[in-house]
Amino acid sequence: MGLRRAAVAALEGGLLGRVPVPSSAAAWRHAAHFTFQPDPAPSAHGQTQKMNLFQSITSALDNALAKDPTAVIFGEDVAFGGVFRCTVGLRDKYGKDRVFNTPLCEQGIVGFGIGVAVTGATAIAEIQFADYIFPAFDQIVNEAAKYRYRSGDLFNCGSLTIRAPWGCVGHGALYHSQSPEAFFAHCPGIKVVIPRSPVQAKGLLLSCIEDKNPCIFFEPKILYRAAVEQVPVESYYIPLSQAEVLQEGSDVTMVAWGTQVHVIKDVATMAQEKLGVSCEIIDLKTILPWDTETVCKSVVKTGRLLISHEAPLTGGFAAEISSTVQEECFLNLEAPISRVCGYDTPFPHIFEPFYIPDKWKCYDALRQMINY
Amino acid sequence: MGAVSEVARVVVASRTYADFASEATFEIKKCDLHRLEEGPPATAVLTREEGLHYYKTMQTIRRMELKADQLYKQKIIRGFCHLYDGQEACCVGLEAAIKPTDHLITAYRAHGYTFTRGTSVREILAELTGRKGGCAKGKGGSMHMYAKNFYGGNGIVGAQVPLGAGIALACKYFGKDEICLTLYGDGAANQGQVFETYNMAALWKLPCIFICENNRYGMGTSVERAAASTDYYKRGDYIPGLRIDGMDLLCVREATKFAAEHCRSGKGPILMELQTYRYHGHSMSDPGVSYRTREEIQEVRSKSDPITLLKDRMVNNNLASVEELKEIDVEVRKEIEEAAQFATTDPEPPLEELSNHIYCNDPPFEVRGPNQWIRYKSAC
Repeated sequence: MGLRRAAVAALEGGLLGRVPVPSSAAAWRHAAHFTFQPDPAPSAHGQTQKMNLFQSITSALDNALAKDPTAVIFGEDVAFGGVFRCTVGLRDKYGKDRVFNTPLCEQGIVGFGIGVAVTGATAIAEIQFADYIFPAFDQIVNEAAKYRYRSGDLFNCGSLTIRAPWGCVGHGALYHSQSPEAFFAHCPGIKVVIPRSPVQAKGLLLSCIEDKNPCIFFEPKILYRAAVEQVPVESYYIPLSQAEVLQEGSDVTMVAWGTQVHVIKDVATMAQEKLGVSCEIIDLKTILPWDTETVCKSVVKTGRLLISHEAPLTGGFAAEISSTVQEECFLNLEAPISRVCGYDTPFPHIFEPFYIPDKWKCYDALRQMINY
Repeated sequence: MGAVSEVARVVVASRTYADFASEATFEIKKCDLHRLEEGPPATAVLTREEGLHYYKTMQTIRRMELKADQLYKQKIIRGFCHLYDGQEACCVGLEAAIKPTDHLITAYRAHGYTFTRGTSVREILAELTGRKGGCAKGKGGSMHMYAKNFYGGNGIVGAQVPLGAGIALACKYFGKDEICLTLYGDGAANQGQVFETYNMAALWKLPCIFICENNRYGMGTSVERAAASTDYYKRGDYIPGLRIDGMDLLCVREATKFAAEHCRSGKGPILMELQTYRYHGHSMSDPGVSYRTREEIQEVRSKSDPITLLKDRMVNNNLASVEELKEIDVEVRKEIEEAAQFATTDPEPPLEELSNHIYCNDPPFEVRGPNQWIRYKSAC
């Protein structure tokens, strides 16, 4: 049975009841698996401007380079603006010795960035896709993360920030869709941050650049153009390691980060309408070190937890959250903690719409948890 | 029009093979040498049969890539698609100089090599459209195509180079006089792992031909802006190197024969730099004109197009007639059309394929799914 027909049959005939199904093949392949819901414009940081995600990143980098004369941006193709337009205009504004291209060498880029940071200058390195960060894995884990610790605080590369586009994009296949946050979560000494929207991205990126620890900032590439919000033009900082409760609820806690936050927002709406279930939504934002307190406090209140991410299930970050929550809130749990994640396969090419943990799978898991 | 071509066909048919020369000798450009006393010969012999075969192969690859371009714009092919048109002389020239039992590995601009290494056009196009008739069952896509003795098809830049050395080691170990051609681009030439591989190959005298396909641009970055030394054939340092005109098929063939002989005689690795050019941008999402001028592309197309070069040589030396080559064009077009038809109508791989081939497993195991109530069986 064809992929599409099987999926349609599962949706229509299944327990989920009638759900809207795209009418044509083209519509099916182009429908995004989420709807981006912009947050209201923040009023506390002055004038705002309509920006999408990549523009908010450019704005953050602009602010950072203006404020800090030692800040430099480098990576593959950043000079002309970057393959996702995140650095457009910066070279013209700040000069070619502050915004420059590197050759094709991720290990070299990060190693070089660590060196820049160790002298005290602010290094903002770009890795073109998170999938390509693996040659630099040794430098990040063995050098950047351990510099302060092994030198007894004599040296550190805290002014290093690494940015990389992250997550599924609809047609990325194996090497343009990965979410490697779990690999880095296993490494004390670095911080891993993932924003869900332009306002969040700018604030979190500026916090990462300011933060005195090496940070990895993953940007959901599917949101680069799709997410548009009113973003403050001036600098502002969103604190790291603080999760945000986006919606309060009493029956289920749902935790996600990046693009997946918008998916679970949809699920919460569905749950309210169809099941009368009130969901509490938490955007984790910082993966390492993560805000255990907010999540556990919420689970104590609701008794049920659903965590969702695109990365494969086994060893994904949901496992860490799940493990900690059951330690802290064991007696409060009404149902086993549910993890809705990608399959344990490489990120597929043609099977992507079926692979990703879309709102139907999350809804299904939620329903089973409610009825436990 | 029909009447004219009919007449032409009659004219061609009435000319016997005795009208054509059976072979011709051509002078080819000398190669730049690094740590080599002598290089490949300065002349090459092309027989009529070889010429027709090379022409057909190059034309097939050209039309296949243009068809992929068309299908991509119609959104029938999605994802990433890196086209090879302009560089046909490289893959056809290389294949002409090696045996089917030799091994080849390249990066993601692999459609040409997939074809020359034995995969049919319909399987390639079906893989691009993600159907089960594709050469990787629709699971790999543009960048991950494989065939016998062709190890892909690799997405991560430079990652295939150490693999190539490993294959060469196996060749040496099995002692069957096979070699490995390890290809990479001008962008990948700056990756650390490439230099690690040079060292291993030279130290252990592996029968590995390193081939840098220098098409002057690593995605959007010209070689001058990416490399401290653009003499890629010298970058192997202690490894001897050759720089070859990659737009001339005969140059590529003779140089590869020379390099293959070097490796097979146990002298260790050798490096070839093929100076070539791609007409399309880096991939289908790159228009290809923001970092180079249209005039430049046009100039290469008019002065150095590999197919035109071969055609002119053959026609001017009486190895083939213009009509004959036109007939080959028509045949090729037909083949591509049929393949495209197959690629658009073949069904997608079944859902079960999602969980297959993760591991080599016996017996089958369960693949954990999006939540604890969805599991999938990995059957093979």
